Amino acid sequence: MELALWTYEGPPHVGAMRVAASMRGVHYVLHAPQGDTYADLLFTMIERRASRPPVTYTTFQARDLGRDTAALFMDAARDACERFRPEAMLVGASCTAELIQDDPGGLARTLGLPVPVVPLELPAYQKKENWGAAETFYRLVRAFAAPRGTREVGPPRANILGPTSLGFRHRDDVTEVEGLLRALGVAVNVVAPLGAAPADLARLCEADFNVVLYPEVAGMAAAYLQRQFGMPQTRTVPIGVGATRDFLAEVASLAGLDAGRVAVSSRLPWYSRSVDSTYLTGKRVFVFGDATHAIAAARVCAEELGFEVVGLGSYSREFARELREAARAHGIEALLTDDYLKVEEAIAALRPELVLGTQMERHVAKRLGIPCAVISAPVHVQDFPARHSPQMGFEGANVLFDTWVHPLMMGLEEHLLGMFREDFEFADGAGPSHLGHGTAAVPPPEPIPAGPAAWAAEAENELRKIPFFVRGKARRNTERFAQERGLRTITLETLYDAKAHFSR
Amino acid sequence: MSGLAASPAPAGAAAGCGVPPVLRERGQREVFCGLTGIVWLHRKIQDAFFLVVGSRTCAHLLQSAAGVMIFAEPRFATAIIDERDLAGMADANDELDRVVTRLIERRPDIRMLFLVGSCPSEVIKLDLSRAAQRLSRRFAPRLRVLNYSGSGIETTFTQGEDACLAALVPEMPAEPGAARSLLVVGALAEVVEDQFLRLFAALGVGPVRFLPSRRAGELPAVGEGTQFLLAQPFLGETARRLEARGARRLCAPFPLGAEGTTAWLRAAAEAWGVAPARFDAAVGPGAARAATAVAQRRERLAGRTVFFFPDSQLEIPLARFLTRECGMVPVEIGTPYLHREHLAEELALLPAGVTLSEGQHVERQLDRCRAARPDLTVCGLGLANPLEAEGFTTKWSIELVFTPIQGYEQAGDLAELFARPLVRRARLAV
Repeated sequence: MELALWTYEGPPHVGAMRVAASMRGVHYVLHAPQGDTYADLLFTMIERRASRPPVTYTTFQARDLGRDTAALFMDAARDACERFRPEAMLVGASCTAELIQDDPGGLARTLGLPVPVVPLELPAYQKKENWGAAETFYRLVRAFAAPRGTREVGPPRANILGPTSLGFRHRDDVTEVEGLLRALGVAVNVVAPLGAAPADLARLCEADFNVVLYPEVAGMAAAYLQRQFGMPQTRTVPIGVGATRDFLAEVASLAGLDAGRVAVSSRLPWYSRSVDSTYLTGKRVFVFGDATHAIAAARVCAEELGFEVVGLGSYSREFARELREAARAHGIEALLTDDYLKVEEAIAALRPELVLGTQMERHVAKRLGIPCAVISAPVHVQDFPARHSPQMGFEGANVLFDTWVHPLMMGLEEHLLGMFREDFEFADGAGPSHLGHGTAAVPPPEPIPAGPAAWAAEAENELRKIPFFVRGKARRNTERFAQERGLRTITLETLYDAKAHFSR
Repeated sequence: MSGLAASPAPAGAAAGCGVPPVLRERGQREVFCGLTGIVWLHRKIQDAFFLVVGSRTCAHLLQSAAGVMIFAEPRFATAIIDERDLAGMADANDELDRVVTRLIERRPDIRMLFLVGSCPSEVIKLDLSRAAQRLSRRFAPRLRVLNYSGSGIETTFTQGEDACLAALVPEMPAEPGAARSLLVVGALAEVVEDQFLRLFAALGVGPVRFLPSRRAGELPAVGEGTQFLLAQPFLGETARRLEARGARRLCAPFPLGAEGTTAWLRAAAEAWGVAPARFDAAVGPGAARAATAVAQRRERLAGRTVFFFPDSQLEIPLARFLTRECGMVPVEIGTPYLHREHLAEELALLPAGVTLSEGQHVERQLDRCRAARPDLTVCGLGLANPLEAEGFTTKWSIELVFTPIQGYEQAGDLAELFARPLVRRARLAV
């Protein structure tokens, strides 16, 4: 048993859902207890998707366990196939269904469904979300990728592999990378899984090579395509100016083109060289996330922002080797763990000035009072923004500069704080004032009742129970109400009379 | 016909008198499991900690629901079962003790620890009640350890609160003799509790206690003289256990809207023999204010049709309020579970001929909803945005569990929750 205050990844079937929900024409029948439909909210709320994810759950209950849960699964699979008419179906089990061992794959075979069925074996008590996504994508690619026929001559072509639904900034990264490839003169053959149909997977081999954006998701499938069909793949993930330059060189060499055709067009290098950034030099930063984002962030910190990387870690055990290598380059030991408490301990011990991490590191940073920015999943709704916010390519580097510098105290304030430590407003530990909420150490002055009406103690107490962000309005309305009626004392009754009176 | 596609059958035989026919369906249920109750219970009982014993899925559910808040000190966690526990290579009880010890070291301020059962722990039959007893002995008197199940196979959404409160009932001290008291059962917002306290004081009903209490160490007493009012409709098991300890339930509709609140208060007033004049004097101003506040939203709501997907068991009282006080027209009222005895007073107030459904086949219910084209659809967050994208106006139902909606002073706010999506749709020009 493992104590998890927070978990960095969901169970593997959530990874499978991400692949299914990314694609068109794929439906996933998941053997799962009532309640596991919570996962739909990840897509409809966190990602704000406008349609239900293509997942049918059997949602068995305790009373079903005494009976035939296998029949329940078969009915659900048959009904889903009839109702949604997918091009292909995924079938599998969630953690609880794994315990009752109904074998969804075998059951689906006996149904003789009119579409290809890809069974998923996702061991929920060993593996996690990214592995589930990678395995699902690999199974789909294995099932549908076909050898390339003769193809007409034209520009070199590449597939973009790895972007999924619920991926951290995958939507905008794809746009950026497509732009980079276009600028080089490389045509995009298939983007998958995001936006692809099974028929598109059948065309994967029409490309000359694969661009692997997210090895956590596409690593297994890309390795298969290389092994089986001899398709080369990129190894550099274009996060940061330097990595984007390296990526362009790598793609150019795979495509037999000249990388010099694409100019570096990021503002990060100038912003970082401008004198306002001098105070960033040597800021101690702790980096944690999935391996791809953590390794890339550490390079940007050290080479492009002039920070000192004091900690580098990841929850992606599949990429332990790459992470250790990267950490060595920064002269530190890699932290490989999915235990939130271990990460907290490491941060507390290192006392960095900035934490670059996941949603979970925001909890640690809040507890320890350290500025923090998010660089990797898991993330929450605020990190699926409406605006264009890639992490990759040259625009991605612009986004990184703004996002990572923002939580730090600005230069002038930092200087003044060093000189004058007893200021009542800009106190040590009060936090950067440009973030607005840093001055909480000083309670805001309560307005003195201006009108003739006085607040009875009971009413005043009641007022404090109103959430602070609407309290001021409630106070003003009540006082106005009392004044208009010539009341001398504001009682509880007055408070609520006013509330009823002013309610829209 | 397949098990998932069982034909809808009226349940007239099982129903009490006055219960309209109920459409019973089985199929995919788009609902939360009882673990979700932790999201509000951890705020209500401030010195309690909720440790789910389950899988990574359970942990993921909790943090997806509550993780958008940034916690300096989380008040819930999951002991994730791994393959060593399943293979019997590790003694699950030793493992649990180790995890709890680590947790207690980190959080010495916790006074009550709930071991919360999940689907995996129920399926492998891990005996958490014995574990709770063992750990209680070990950490006494500093910490009390209790157990309940929030598993999806046994509980739906708010039933998690029922299971939690039911676990508290045996811990409640015994009321000496037959001392008389009123117990209000169900987690309420603090401001609502205080309003009810004042109303009961004005009526001369009391002493009044609340379950759950705000602190784990302040559980109310219970005994033969205890009469209780349910403030929430999903408390079947809690009520049963209170009755087993000699308490008696006062039958009433639920305190939503002016009508529900008055009837709910009246049930207590009658039990305490409060004179009608005193009752009218005490509740009159509140009831009038509630009517004023609701009337201001009525224009938006009257004549509009409303469709409820099952979620929390609050659907029937809410439909009653929207129908009788706001003039809405219910098309279908879905509920995950219908407790006929506790809902009897509510059912009697529903308009004749309304469609009630218990359980769910979500695809067919969506077909019915699309065919009916209701003006407002009350549903969970898994359906809300997809339905909005199809042109339906929705009210996400979970908010009704997180918002103060009970009592007179909140009646206007309650109506506002339903009016706002309609106002918004009318207002937006993009």
